[in-house]
Amino acid sequence: MSRVTETLLLVLVVVTALAFDFTNGFHDTGNAMATSIATRALKPRTAVLLSAVLNMAGAFLSLAVAATIAKGLVDAGAISLEVVFAGLVGGIVWNLVTWLFGLPSSSSHALVGGVVGSVLAAVGSSGVLWSGVVAKVLVPALLAPVIAIGVAAVGTFLVARLTRGMAEDVTSRGFRWGQVGSASLVSLAHGTNDAQKSMGIILLALITAGAVPADAGVPFWVIFSCAFFMALGTYLGGWRIIRTLGKGLVEIDSRQGMAAETSSAAVILLSSHFGFSLSTTHVATGSIMGSGIGMPGAKVRWGVAGRMLVAWGLTLPAAGIVGALCYGIQHGVGGLAGTFLVFLLLVGTSAAIWVASRRKPVDHTNVNEQWDEESGGSLRAAVSASGVVPAADAHRSELAEAEIHERRASALAASRSERPAADRTEEQR
Amino acid sequence: MNGIVEWGALGQVVVAGLLVGAGIPALFALGLRLLAGTTAAPRRATAAADRTSPERGGPVVIPRPPVWRLVAAVLCFGTVVGAVATGIVFLAAGGHS
Repeated sequence: MSRVTETLLLVLVVVTALAFDFTNGFHDTGNAMATSIATRALKPRTAVLLSAVLNMAGAFLSLAVAATIAKGLVDAGAISLEVVFAGLVGGIVWNLVTWLFGLPSSSSHALVGGVVGSVLAAVGSSGVLWSGVVAKVLVPALLAPVIAIGVAAVGTFLVARLTRGMAEDVTSRGFRWGQVGSASLVSLAHGTNDAQKSMGIILLALITAGAVPADAGVPFWVIFSCAFFMALGTYLGGWRIIRTLGKGLVEIDSRQGMAAETSSAAVILLSSHFGFSLSTTHVATGSIMGSGIGMPGAKVRWGVAGRMLVAWGLTLPAAGIVGALCYGIQHGVGGLAGTFLVFLLLVGTSAAIWVASRRKPVDHTNVNEQWDEESGGSLRAAVSASGVVPAADAHRSELAEAEIHERRASALAASRSERPAADRTEEQR
Repeated sequence: MNGIVEWGALGQVVVAGLLVGAGIPALFALGLRLLAGTTAAPRRATAAADRTSPERGGPVVIPRPPVWRLVAAVLCFGTVVGAVATGIVFLAAGGHS
C-alpha cells in the first residue's frame, strides 16, 4: 500500500472510531440519566448537559488506556485496520438500529460483535477465541442484569420500608438529591470507561499505520476528540432510549431512582474492582427493573423487558453479521475503494435511520409522556409529529403520577392495614 | 481465567454489591427519616398543601429533632458521601478498566 492510501485509510478508521464514540455517548446517556429525567429530579436538558460534562471529565480523569481491542476475544494477529474498520461499522449500525427502536443495548458488546464478525470474515473461525467470548461477553451479559436486579430490588425494598409513612414531598426532595448524586457517579464511570475504548482503538490504528511509535502514549488530540465526541453524543441524548428506561420499563419515583442509580454505580465499580467487568447498560437496565420489583405496588412492564432481552441476545450476532458483511465488501472491492464504499454505505444507512426516526421523534419535550404499552410505548405512541406536548397531556401525566404515588402508598399501608387505601385514592382525584 | 464463570469474583461482586448498592440507599433513607421525624410527626397544612389536598400534608414540622437524631443522621449521610468519594477516587486511580 502506498503512503497516501495508508494515510487515507487511517483517517477513515479514526473518523469511524469517533463516530462510534459518538453513538456510544448518546446510546448510553439513559443508563445514568433516564431515572433522574423520569422523576423530574432534573430537567431533561439539564440532565443530559450534566451527564455530558461528567463524561468529558471522566474521559480526562483516568488515562489507563490499553492499546488493545477485544483483548482475549480475538487473535491479536488477526487485527488489521480493515478488520477494525469493519468492526466499528458493525457496532455503529447496531447502536443506531437499537436506538431507533428505543432499546438500550450494550455499546461495547456491539463493538465486540462487529470485530468478531469481521475477524470471522477475514481469517475464519480460528481467529476467534470462543472460550473468551463466552466467558467475557456472553456469561457476564446473562449475570449482570440478574445481579443488578437483586441489588436494586433489595435496596428499593429497604428504602420503601424506611421511608414508610413519611410525607411524600420530604422523601421526594431528599431522594432527588441522592438520585442526582448517584446518577452523576454513573456518568463519570461511563466517561472513564467507554471513552478509553475509542482512544484505545485510535491509538492502535495509529500504531498499526506507523504514525506513532509502538510504545507511544495517547496523543492529546486523541484524548480530547474522544472525550468531546462522547460528550457531544451524550448531550444530544438518546431520547428514545431514555424514554424506554425512564418511563417504559417501570413506573419510577425518586426513591426507586436513587436506589437504582446507587445500585448501578456500586455494581459497575465493584465489578471492575474485582476483575469481573459487567456492561454498564446491562447493569443500569437491571437496576431499574430491580427498583420496580422491590417497590411495593410498582409495575414492571415485562413486555418491554422481554424486547430488551431479545435485543441483547441479538447484539453479538447482528453486529457480527454487519461487521462480516462490511469486511466482505471491503475485501471484494479491494483496497481503499472498498473501504470508501463501506464508509459511504455507513453514512447512507445512518442517514436512513435518522430519517426513519423523524417520523416519530422523541426529544426533550416529550420524553416524559405517559407510556402506553398497548400501542407499543414510544414507537407507536401518540406523539405529535411536531414534537410539542399539548398542555393537557402534560397535566394528565402529572395526574397519573400522583395516582401512582397513591397506589404505592396504599400498597404499603395495606401491608400494615393501618389506613383504608381505597378512599385515599378517591380523595386524591 | 479458570472456567467459564469466575465464581470467586462473581461472589465478591454479589456480596459487596448488596452491601454497598443496597446499603447506601438504606442509609440515605434512614438519614432522611431521622431528620424528618417519625410516622406520627405532627403536620401543618400550608398554603401549598391546601391547594392540592389535605392528605398530601405540608412539610413535616417537628419542634427540633433531638441531638442524637441529628448526630445519627449526620453519620448516615457522612457514610453515603464517603462512599461516593471512594468511588470517585477509585475512578481517578484508573481502577475502572
